[in-house]
Amino acid sequence: MPTDKSMNVLIVDDYKTMLRIIRNLLKQIEFNNVEEASDGTGALSKLRAGNFGLVISDWNMAPMTGLQLLQEVRADTKLKTTPFIMITAESKTENVVAAKQAGVSNYIVKPFNAETLKGKIEMVLGNA
Amino acid sequence: MEKRLTQARERYPVMDRDMVMEVVRTVLITMSGDLSATEMSLLSEVEALGRTISAAKQEIASLRVDDIKERDIPFATDELDAIVQHTAGATHAILESCEMLDEVASAVSGEAARKLQDAVTKIYEACSFQDITGQRITKVVSTLKIIEAKVAQIITTFGAQNAVIEMPVTVSASSEADLLNGPQLPSNAMDQSDIDKLLASFG
Repeated sequence: MPTDKSMNVLIVDDYKTMLRIIRNLLKQIEFNNVEEASDGTGALSKLRAGNFGLVISDWNMAPMTGLQLLQEVRADTKLKTTPFIMITAESKTENVVAAKQAGVSNYIVKPFNAETLKGKIEMVLGNA
Repeated sequence: MEKRLTQARERYPVMDRDMVMEVVRTVLITMSGDLSATEMSLLSEVEALGRTISAAKQEIASLRVDDIKERDIPFATDELDAIVQHTAGATHAILESCEMLDEVASAVSGEAARKLQDAVTKIYEACSFQDITGQRITKVVSTLKIIEAKVAQIITTFGAQNAVIEMPVTVSASSEADLLNGPQLPSNAMDQSDIDKLLASFG
């Protein structure tokens, strides 16, 4: 089944430039319904209010980090199956392990390229 | 000293208060002569140590440590903040131009469109430098704050004037704060393929 590119995608990062970059890269691969949040708290309320098919989140944000957001998402009956990709500069083994244990769908280390982003999205949406 | 006390007792079998005082005075006056060579050497060592500490105190006071706290560290952090702001501004300007190029690319076709699109994608990718450098600069700012606190601590230990111990406030609402390592230096960072392998190892 081809990926439904009309799905809503939530991108979460405290750096506005990063949100803009990811939004543009998503646009290039024809994901046009993209919403933004600048930290975990804002992201969680948007997720609970809306209908999102994919979350792409940074880790290092305040007050709620990307890892905490992921834990909240996985603990929420309505949201727990939502594909969740972490895009972060955190590249230590302990970070990857913690994210995996929290139920991350995939993990992209910054700086990343468009090809990696596209590949991981296809992978988590089951169209690899 | 014991011998002298015996002599005094023999000389004055009946003693009044004035006599006792006189004896004590005599003993005290001659006491320095009773210090051994080792004791005298120890005493002069202690005196020398006292002079060294006093000199060190003066040297530290003359370093004008208040300048470090009041001027040098704030200046350095302000400069770093300005770098973050300027790179953010420049990155937005670059991205705006890229979005314009993206629009143009959608109006052309064939090889030119593909080349244009590839170039724009590469610029988008490169612009993520702003996030990485921003995170690195934040790390440097916290290091500066630690140095500032340590300097203040040394000053207080040596008793210089106007020094206050102020430990840096750890800003973290997260229980996973110790996982916020930030970007690693290339020499000890895992790249995407390392991370893919690690993830795959979970099965």
